[in-house]
Amino acid sequence: MEHGGEISPVPATPGDAAHTRIGVDDWVAEAEERQRGRGPLVRTVAAIPRPIQIVVFIAVLSLLPFVFSEGNLFRYGLFTLIYALLALGLNVSVGFAGLLDLGFIAFYGFGAYAYAILASPKYGIHWQAEIAIPVVMVGAAFLGLLLGLPSRRLLGDYLAIVTLFFGQAFVVFVNAANPKGLTGGANGIANVDPLNFFGFKLTTTRHYYWFTLIAFLLVIGALYFISESRTGRAWRSLREDPLAAEVMGMPVNRLKIMAFMFGAAIAGLTGTIFAANQTGVFPGDFDISILITIYAVMILGGLGSLIGMFIGAAVINVSYELLSGSNPNPSLGRWLFYLALITVVIARIRPWIRVAVVLAGTVAFGFAVHAIVHALEPSATSGAVTNGGSLSGVMSHWTVIPAHSGASAKYAYVGLVAAVLVLTLIKGWWRAIALIPVLYLASFVWENLLSEQPAVTRLIVFGAMLIALMAARPQGLLGTSRVEIA
Amino acid sequence: MNLRLVRGRTADVLFYAGIAAVVALLLKEALTNPGHWSLFFQLAVDGVTLGSVYALIAIGYSMVYGILKLLNFAHGDVYMVGAFIGYGILTLFGGAANWTIPVWLLVALMFGASMLGSGFLGVVIERFAYRPLRDAPRLAPLISALGVSFFLQNSALLLLGAQFRAYPFGLIGQGGVSIRTVFISATRIFVIAGAVVLMIVLTVFVRRSRLGKAMRATSYDREAAMMMGIDADRVIASTFFIGSALAGAAGVMFGLVFTEIFHFMGFTAGLKGFTAAVVGGIGSIPGAMLGGLLIGLGEAYATGYVSSTYQDLIVFSILIFVILVRPSGLLGTAAVQKV
Repeated sequence: MEHGGEISPVPATPGDAAHTRIGVDDWVAEAEERQRGRGPLVRTVAAIPRPIQIVVFIAVLSLLPFVFSEGNLFRYGLFTLIYALLALGLNVSVGFAGLLDLGFIAFYGFGAYAYAILASPKYGIHWQAEIAIPVVMVGAAFLGLLLGLPSRRLLGDYLAIVTLFFGQAFVVFVNAANPKGLTGGANGIANVDPLNFFGFKLTTTRHYYWFTLIAFLLVIGALYFISESRTGRAWRSLREDPLAAEVMGMPVNRLKIMAFMFGAAIAGLTGTIFAANQTGVFPGDFDISILITIYAVMILGGLGSLIGMFIGAAVINVSYELLSGSNPNPSLGRWLFYLALITVVIARIRPWIRVAVVLAGTVAFGFAVHAIVHALEPSATSGAVTNGGSLSGVMSHWTVIPAHSGASAKYAYVGLVAAVLVLTLIKGWWRAIALIPVLYLASFVWENLLSEQPAVTRLIVFGAMLIALMAARPQGLLGTSRVEIA
Repeated sequence: MNLRLVRGRTADVLFYAGIAAVVALLLKEALTNPGHWSLFFQLAVDGVTLGSVYALIAIGYSMVYGILKLLNFAHGDVYMVGAFIGYGILTLFGGAANWTIPVWLLVALMFGASMLGSGFLGVVIERFAYRPLRDAPRLAPLISALGVSFFLQNSALLLLGAQFRAYPFGLIGQGGVSIRTVFISATRIFVIAGAVVLMIVLTVFVRRSRLGKAMRATSYDREAAMMMGIDADRVIASTFFIGSALAGAAGVMFGLVFTEIFHFMGFTAGLKGFTAAVVGGIGSIPGAMLGGLLIGLGEAYATGYVSSTYQDLIVFSILIFVILVRPSGLLGTAAVQKV
């Protein structure tokens, strides 16, 4: 022992502050340590008593329709709730039970198509919503059972691919296969009835918003109780270690299938609302891009968190809509882009002196580059700002916008991706200095390429966000980080 | 990565009997209706061509899975990028009709650039998206892979547009071989032969070379391999390079045979490639080849005898069937869970 190099000191008395307290093992201590590491904003919110939080949350949401116009309510309010509902459903299988379900959108699509068939002129069936919704939810849960049966034996990745294929098969089924004209093929089903409860028809966006809000609150409440119940705890143990859960005597297969069925039923409900509100269903509404969007919502909000799903949905949906080509005020997308860049710089760079250097440096760098390029080749700075708005004056004097950017913007995009990857490899002051031209390059790419194709841009951003979040903060905004003990 | 071809157990015998029954049914269909003979064999040619492409994709999936236990969703998109690199070389040297260099050199350049480019892309993806997550929970790299796939797809859409690009028809040569009524075009012969050569080279490489040995060791037990002095990061990067290069080659082959390429082609091809890997037994290289061939044939016969609408559904049913009766695939070894 004398020659053994470092020997850990003899543990002090159990009451010693440096030592783990009795009854608090390493795991709990580490988890508490992480709780303390949270930012000031989260701590402030967490200090408010839970009932007040809930009341304020509900009050703000239910009053939104009085603030927004119908168009904005549809865009920002209703779709946030729809995404939040979908994310809640997905969260049951992925977040609670740890089953990577990539066919989730098929349940959403099933709900929408089932309602469309049960309440539209297509077959002349016009069911009331109070009957149709439960039937559709049970149907979706049954579909979840069908998918769950072959999947229960599969380990994580096999499950992912089978479910992904299932989602793909659903789109093929409703689009191309269209047996006996059941789903209307590529034309979908039009003229779907609005939701009709005991004769009261939901006709305006406000009605739908309130109804969706009620559904959201019911689902989130139910999930809260489920997640704290025996089943919920069993799901989480299944997520953390399926083998240990099985050894502990948990009915693993039944739990998996139940998780699928719960998620599917919620997706079915959401699909019903979507179909009724859109008064039609089309195969394109249920493709892979919506799956990625829901995954982005769930990952951002934090796997396993409930209210995180709403926050994730709000962030994703609002940014999605701001970047949308159909937004009546397209210059908002530009604000979002630059604010997001500045936020990332402020949040990720320390100490503050570096933040100041980077921001001031970028501004100066931009004007310098603009001046040099303008002196060399005036036509290279004579382009117009796409969807200018209030920032266009500044941008046209700061970012180089050629009259015809041509291929240069595309090369710049590839260069930007490469530059961002290189940035992750360098540290300290070098990173801060290198960030300056990269930020400017980002601005160049945005002005000359991305802002012209908002629909593609937002999907690229979601893809990049999934990668970045997984590397930087896999637990998302509100998820509890997993504590690993070696 | 295991390299055995036959395992000789009762379950295998039953399984091959099942496959033989399907083949017998198809043969009966062809025999009872002599006019169908040529269709039957023509479809077989289609299926083998398609199967070669799927097999090359499946190998990459299987190698990466074998070594990292990671489902690399981005693999299909690497294949798409490979097809576009080949197309880029084609346009660089004179476009669709009048190229400025000999055809053999052009084709060699297309394959070379595509394989190098895709391989490099694979290494970059591994370095930046997967390596930071080496010790993270299993779900994290899967979601990251989903993100990479989506990023690549939409970047291609942004940079190249949504329209189809066409490889010239019959670049290799317009001719071909006719056996009675069955016609095999030169392109198809070239593609099948190319795929076979690549697979043989790969098998020899994995069996004989030092790096191949290191790969097998790492896939068997990464920690133990590292203790034996194997640089696991380098081995994993090489695996990604080789797998992605094969996918790039598959992309060019697809372009040569089926001519039309577009930004979304990687998604379905990736699904089929993975299905092939699972059907063959994931982690097994010969399994990936066999699986690719089966999926290709299944798809060709589904298109020929049923309808092209149902090809994806039929491939899906094959996947479900195999997973139900033989979760470890045709040539895979049953996973023993270690505690």
